[in-house]
Amino acid sequence: MSETLLQGIGLCCERDHRVLFESLDIDVRAGEVLQVEGANGSGKTTLLRVLTGLSEATEGEVRWCGEPIRRVREDYHRHMQYLGHAAGIKQALTAQENLCWHAALSGLEYGKEIDEVLAKVGLRGYEDVPCYTLSAGQQRRVNLARLYLLPAKLWILDEPFTAIDKSGVQAIETLLAHQAQQGGAVILTTHQELHNVPGLRKLELK
Amino acid sequence: MTTQVQSAQSGVGKVGIFGAMIRRDMTAAFRHSSDLVNPLIFFVVVVTLFPLAVTPESAFLREIAPGVLWVSALLATLLSLDMLFQSDFQDGTLEQMLLSPQPLYSAILAKVATHWLLSGLPLTLLSPLLAMMLFLPAEGIKTLMLTLLIGTPVLSFIGAIGSALTVGLRKTGLLLSLLVLPLYIPVLIFASGAVQAATAGLPIAGHLALLGAILALTVVLAPLAIVTALRISLSG
Repeated sequence: MSETLLQGIGLCCERDHRVLFESLDIDVRAGEVLQVEGANGSGKTTLLRVLTGLSEATEGEVRWCGEPIRRVREDYHRHMQYLGHAAGIKQALTAQENLCWHAALSGLEYGKEIDEVLAKVGLRGYEDVPCYTLSAGQQRRVNLARLYLLPAKLWILDEPFTAIDKSGVQAIETLLAHQAQQGGAVILTTHQELHNVPGLRKLELK
Repeated sequence: MTTQVQSAQSGVGKVGIFGAMIRRDMTAAFRHSSDLVNPLIFFVVVVTLFPLAVTPESAFLREIAPGVLWVSALLATLLSLDMLFQSDFQDGTLEQMLLSPQPLYSAILAKVATHWLLSGLPLTLLSPLLAMMLFLPAEGIKTLMLTLLIGTPVLSFIGAIGSALTVGLRKTGLLLSLLVLPLYIPVLIFASGAVQAATAGLPIAGHLALLGAILALTVVLAPLAIVTALRISLSG
């Protein structure tokens, strides 16, 4: 068995006196892709935010490599990339500048690699225009470019396919498969059926 | 993948998060320059309207100048607090900052420093011109600039605490003012007191020492409060 990266034990979450999920156990190992499914409002985003450490669960604990994430926050965040609901980019800045900043957040510095990565996500020629001139899907692609640029063992992706076209969806599926084969892990929410992704598991939130 | 990791590691440490934050916020701010000049215009308009509404008599204006200038500068800063965390919260970059392995303390320090560079510093540089319009004597102008230089960073730090506490809320306007204004009052009292003392030819060292002490305290403690406030605001 491969090593357990992220573990949620007895997670319970309450929002506005409504229980979203309770006694939920999650176990994500290297090489796995965990797809969280559920109706709108079933708590998918809340669960992901709890797993990243942004929100606290009402009960239960999240562990990174066996340690509670509160205690190993820095190490956990060094190995984790989170793509949230929001764009995660500054509208006034160019795609290049946004990625530079994201790299600095991870303590990294890049030069021409950023242009290569932008070309990979289909944004060649859009490197130096402000992001507010890009379409919603293109802005999403700028954010997704982080996955190519910044190495991380664990990806937590909230609806990564939103506003992405067919060829883009395929590219992301390949990317997910690649991440799993490299010994990384992915947790994502999506209503889309995933194809050709090895190590895929599903978790249904009710 | 492996090549990515190698080339990435060679870059570790070259760019501090502090520098990257300042560069990003400055670039974004200058591309939205209307946000930048709004507090300054407010400052200029309030101070220029005063003589028109009250009296153009120089003796009277000289008397009220320290108070008017400081109150306007304080309100102008209050107006500019929106640009601190609100847009970062909305576009999701704030949560990315919280999820960064880099020390959040430096990122916050950079954000407040940028806010001061774009609000407090221009206000300080603009103040002598407005002080002259209110017939403040040269000694008073010097002290005014000095107190603004020490006092406005405090306003930025304290404002950032309030801004961080209210960032997740739908309507922040009044709540933010209520939170922040009481904490601004000591700065206002000692700063305008110093300018008044200087115009009267009295020593100002005591006032300045107190302002300096307040600044030292806020620089050390405020970022901790801001970090905690942001974590609470974003956990909802």
